[in-house]
Amino acid sequence: MVPPFLELIGIRKRYPGVVALNGVSLAVRPGEVIGLVGENGAGKSTLMKVLGGVVAPDSGSLRTDGVERAALTVNDAMAAGIAFVHQELNLFENLDVAANVFIGREMLTGGFLKLVDTRALRQRVAPLLERLGCDFGPDAMVERLSLAQRQLVEIAKALSLQARLVIMDEPTSSLTIAETERLLRVTDGLRSDGVSIIFISHRLGEVERCADRVVVLRDGAVAGELDRAGISHAAMIRLMIGRELKGNHVPPGRPPGDAALEVRDATTGAHPGRTVDLTVREGEILGLAGLVGSGRTELARALFGIDRLLAGSVRVAGSPIDGGDPRAAIERGLYLVPEDRKRCGLLLDFSVAQNISLPSLRSHARALLVSTAAELRNAQRQKETLGIRVPAVTAAAGVLSGGNQQKVALAKWLSMKPRVIILDEPTRGIDVGSKSEIYGLLRALADSGVAILMISSDMEEVIGVCDRIAVMHEGRISGLLERPQFSERNVLHLAVGAAAAAPELEAT
Amino acid sequence: MIFKKDIGLLVLILVVGTVVAIINPRFLLAANISNTANQVGLFGIIAIAQAFVIVTGGIELSVGAIVAMLGVLFIDLIVNGGVHWALAAALVIGIGMLMGAVHGALVAKVGMQPFVVTLCALLIYRGLARYYTEDATVGFGFGASFPTLEWLTAGRSELFAPIARLFGHEGPTIAVPHTLIALAIVTVVAGVVLHRSVLGRYLFAIGKNEEAARFSGIATARITIAAYVICCGLTAFNAILLAMYTRSISPAVHGNFYELYAIAAAVLGGFSLRGGEGSILGVVLGTVLLQVLQNLVNLLGIPSSLNFAVMGSVILIGVLADQQFSRYRQRSLGRARRPRDRPAGAPERPGVDVARTDGAT
Repeated sequence: MVPPFLELIGIRKRYPGVVALNGVSLAVRPGEVIGLVGENGAGKSTLMKVLGGVVAPDSGSLRTDGVERAALTVNDAMAAGIAFVHQELNLFENLDVAANVFIGREMLTGGFLKLVDTRALRQRVAPLLERLGCDFGPDAMVERLSLAQRQLVEIAKALSLQARLVIMDEPTSSLTIAETERLLRVTDGLRSDGVSIIFISHRLGEVERCADRVVVLRDGAVAGELDRAGISHAAMIRLMIGRELKGNHVPPGRPPGDAALEVRDATTGAHPGRTVDLTVREGEILGLAGLVGSGRTELARALFGIDRLLAGSVRVAGSPIDGGDPRAAIERGLYLVPEDRKRCGLLLDFSVAQNISLPSLRSHARALLVSTAAELRNAQRQKETLGIRVPAVTAAAGVLSGGNQQKVALAKWLSMKPRVIILDEPTRGIDVGSKSEIYGLLRALADSGVAILMISSDMEEVIGVCDRIAVMHEGRISGLLERPQFSERNVLHLAVGAAAAAPELEAT
Repeated sequence: MIFKKDIGLLVLILVVGTVVAIINPRFLLAANISNTANQVGLFGIIAIAQAFVIVTGGIELSVGAIVAMLGVLFIDLIVNGGVHWALAAALVIGIGMLMGAVHGALVAKVGMQPFVVTLCALLIYRGLARYYTEDATVGFGFGASFPTLEWLTAGRSELFAPIARLFGHEGPTIAVPHTLIALAIVTVVAGVVLHRSVLGRYLFAIGKNEEAARFSGIATARITIAAYVICCGLTAFNAILLAMYTRSISPAVHGNFYELYAIAAAVLGGFSLRGGEGSILGVVLGTVLLQVLQNLVNLLGIPSSLNFAVMGSVILIGVLADQQFSRYRQRSLGRARRPRDRPAGAPERPGVDVARTDGAT
């Protein structure tokens, strides 16, 4: 067998509170397509960052062409011939294809004038595009190209860098079937030219179709490898799961009440043509599981009124709310704790107290002047109920740890009589201790009659905390699980849209 | 309402003032102080007006043109139109607020950039002012007299001496210009609004992070429009004071560069053009510093053509020093906070390596 040109040996990477990679070893041989699969948070992106030289591992080493190093720099990675085709493409829309391929490495002409030699650029790019079977020329403007065509431009860029390994991160997530088919043919072509590919995808069917070998990551470690003959849907899913997650569920202290949030035929901009129906009852925690890109965040934003629903209706406690304005949702007691704490959830430069009082500022004001005393009293009360660890509520929110920031983002709404709270990835990047505190808070809220819709990609959390799980797949609810049906396998089946393939959801 | 930056600015003003007073004692003459105070009053309100927009992360470039256009309109209304001055003032301020509403709507509802909106407004208003008067200078004709209005806007009163006399002392005899009193009132009101009211908190929140403000249920568009309405309304009020001060307006040059004075004062006063920072007291102190500098140029015999150069240099040095200071403070804070966070063997600043070699390829 051809020896590998790239090896990762025992790569470990810790982030505060999480072990992202726990001793991952991986070897890449010339001309092989490796399918890399795993749940959200299994460590795929961290592994790719290590390969790209963006993140340095805490321990372990990388060997490229026999040279062993503790970490790669971005330039080492480039020199070793590692190229990326990212999920979000990094192209300049206002330039043409040739300029994008050679960006930063333009051929020059005109002596000291250093003009860009457009003709030379195009001559160099044309054969690359031909090799990939592109139906556009080097002078096409990128803004006119479809997403699939842009991907080919990225691949052309990788080839122009003499890439030996092209890493594709969810390359087909926004492609049509025909486009996907063409991309898979391109990967075949690259393989026969001796270029290796790491193909990261949640779409197991495509992995099955194109991979020579599948590496499955789970909890930051390699859970198993499948060779060509052993690759199958079922085998991949078996490796992706493999934990028994159930033990720590705290049962609700009251039976679920009436429907607090009813979503009917809701369509968001992310998946036009798909509709969502969903009901969250008083006193229950409904988990919304699904893979990244399944449209959960877009749904949450639209329910809260940040974006407008393309179609459908939202009712809170029986009465409809107007879309497109968060204040309408807030008035009805529907609140959102957004995914991106730093950008949307909090004002990092504002104090903890100012953050907490921001949505309810009028009620801490007399004659439209803010009463600092009332504001501090409220913040102090929330600090104590939620156990926010901060010496003083006048400290800036930005200095708090992730878990405490999340508590502040939640505290904003608690003084306002919530009916429905939507939380989007409430424990992402938060340490274990704070996580269980937040779970406790959510259960207490639910028991007080609040309906909670928790979007989460953390399987352990979804299975451990929720009373019911709705699973979303490409803009619609692909299934609803009751507690007896909870299993990682069932959630994953629905999340990859494989419910039809699985005979039936097994009760565990 | 008092911030560290304000104290720094106050110290700077005192230092500059002391130096000028030592070199030229006339700086401390009652007449000179009174005149400088009048200038502060005339330029302070537009600076405060500007601050309301800058705190949201916007900018209002049409201040000078509004001063010209509404100044022309005001004088024309009371001199040639026979409108009572109080009514004319209300009308002018109303038009100013309407202008602000249009600017704000274009920024917040249509999504245009504040710079573009107000740059166009600047050109439009200046053009309209010149067209309205057919480029002629507008002023008070012979014998036109509005004693109450003139006393209110351009008068001066002895304030200190009578108060001191109440307590049986001889007070300093400095005529306090009414423009300064107007500024004092505006400062207090604006300070309370910006630093104590719900609206003020919303303005800061929008300037810091509009997205997070929206996620907190703040009507960001409406609040942004309010900022422009306040700004242009106050500017309109100031236009009346300036019109009564100059008493004749040539629409092509009246108010030129005033938006820049206002922005300069706000920046000196600690407002970041990115929004979300600053204090009203700082703006006023910024205005004071600018006027003291102007006075310095006159008193020290520096050619008045160098006026702008002096002003520009001081602002540049002031902002630069402030930035270096806060960067230094942040760095020493950061060093104290996490000395052992870095994984062993990792490069100290990974970005540096990349940048250097990128440039070489």
